[in-house]
Amino acid sequence: MAVEEVGRPGKDLTDADARRLRADFPCLGQEVHGRPLIYLDSAATSQKPQAVIDAVSRFYETSYSNVHRGAHTLSERATDAYEGARARVAEFIGAGDSREIVFVRGATEAINLVASSLGRLQFGAGDEILLTEMEHHSNIVPWQLIAEQTGAVLKVVPINDNGELEMAHFEEQLSERTRMVAVGHVSNALGTINPLREIVARAHEMGAPVLVDGCQAAPRLEVDVAELDCDFYTFSGHKLYGPSGIGVLYGKRQWLEAMPPYQGGGEMIRRVTFEGTTYAPPPARFEAGTPHISGPVGLHAALDYVTGIGLEALFQHERELLDYATEAIREVPGVRLIGTAAEKAGILSFVLEGVHPHDIGTILDNQGIAVRTGHHCAQPVMDRFQVPATTRVSFGLYNTREDVDAFIQGLHQVREMLA
Amino acid sequence: MADVRDLYQEVIFEHNKNPRNFGVLEDHNRHAVGHNPLCGDQLTVYLRVDDQDTVEDVSFEGTGCAISVASASLMTQILKGKAKEEAEALFQAFHDVCTKQREVEDAPELDKLAVLAGVRDFPSRVKCATLAWHTVHAALETDEAGAEVTTE
Ligand SMILES: Cc1ncc(COP(=O)(O)O)c(C=O)c1O
Repeated sequence: MAVEEVGRPGKDLTDADARRLRADFPCLGQEVHGRPLIYLDSAATSQKPQAVIDAVSRFYETSYSNVHRGAHTLSERATDAYEGARARVAEFIGAGDSREIVFVRGATEAINLVASSLGRLQFGAGDEILLTEMEHHSNIVPWQLIAEQTGAVLKVVPINDNGELEMAHFEEQLSERTRMVAVGHVSNALGTINPLREIVARAHEMGAPVLVDGCQAAPRLEVDVAELDCDFYTFSGHKLYGPSGIGVLYGKRQWLEAMPPYQGGGEMIRRVTFEGTTYAPPPARFEAGTPHISGPVGLHAALDYVTGIGLEALFQHERELLDYATEAIREVPGVRLIGTAAEKAGILSFVLEGVHPHDIGTILDNQGIAVRTGHHCAQPVMDRFQVPATTRVSFGLYNTREDVDAFIQGLHQVREMLA
Repeated sequence: MADVRDLYQEVIFEHNKNPRNFGVLEDHNRHAVGHNPLCGDQLTVYLRVDDQDTVEDVSFEGTGCAISVASASLMTQILKGKAKEEAEALFQAFHDVCTKQREVEDAPELDKLAVLAGVRDFPSRVKCATLAWHTVHAALETDEAGAEVTTE
């Protein structure tokens, strides 16, 4: 069914709604190992609704051309679609100006862009970059790379046994040398929702900008960058029911205006001579070369799809599934939850005594249940909890309590076989 | 269609619960560390070889999934007394069977290791089964200083 028929932002999303919405996702209609697929890995990447698939095909069928280049009709159509998507993204995250939206490959590229460009602009020897122990590798390694080049040093805010930031340590480590605070909105390994308003307010008092990795937040809760007052915000389209290969970097105007280019090439210039080149203003300055033109088109459709359901309803639905699953899994002997923060989004990480996550993943897959096992690109989190890996269940708008029941039943079978 | 019970044979459960030759080999003269970065597994293999590079004794320790632990355990049993060339030939045969390049029936020398052949229908698990073997291979190729290998 079409999302417009649900079309009821502000109302709850029930299991019955989720079951109907599930039919919008062709990939979820299949069987795996002879069982109906139960997809519990949306934190790794979400499935795509027909509306997104259609928007991308229709664009290729009717409007495809290069952007910002030709005087011809198709080029204008493609440019309108591309720039229309930029305006839609700005609206979606509450950015006042669509020139504050840079299209990138994904969150990874966005963070590399900011680290490299802002680093060259203003990091020097002894300057500090403040991260947290729960960051995804993509919000650690780019900062390490620029620290090596500039002599800046990394500082890390530790987490407590529940997987919450130690805010007292954050206060202590914030200093006049802090040139960047880079923090996840929602942890992909733990599900923790971080207290961003407090972090941003304190960082700004110290004169430090804040970059928020919103990969797991943008698909799960309402984001308003103006209200958060963060300096940068990034997310990937593929986790938000959109295509892979397209992501968003929001940056405040004054930062983007001041920052040097990340890559050089076509589209990002004003005037090129062999003596020197002047650069286009943002966002073009940061979009060198022919972009992923159909990506923003698909992302636009995905944003329309989720706002048709309503992010508040979506968040509540995932919260209910999380509470239901948390209660059920606590009854399974030998389970230890990794990440028990008071504020969590729809992500449940755990270990089972005597059974390696990889074996859990294979046995569940054999029952048609897809979960993620491994270190979730957050090895410091694994080290913190002294586990080599965890099993992670993560929800999307198409999941129901029945999916949780099947998973719990599968877990009992794993125990019978292996524990 | 592959049934998960073909992968997890009883012998595998048994070796996973009670791995043989587990722990540091006191008088080892070769060792290597193997990683599987995909799942965070890590194991160390210790060898005592004579001056002809024949394996006199072998042990392992580390953490891993049932497949990698059982494979390491079974490997230590079969390697004792094998010359380096024999060990390498076994590795090759095992690898070929796990990756469907050879049928189990064509590799009788694998003996008990054949219970691991089920991984051939679970491509994401082949590296778990071969991690210990990659590690032994590295240990045999190096001097006492030790070596590190990774499956990626
Ligand atoms: C919290 C978080 N940050 C960053 C990333 C990286 O996103 P991408 O691989 O789409 O660039 C992910 C996705 O794995 C994530 O979960």
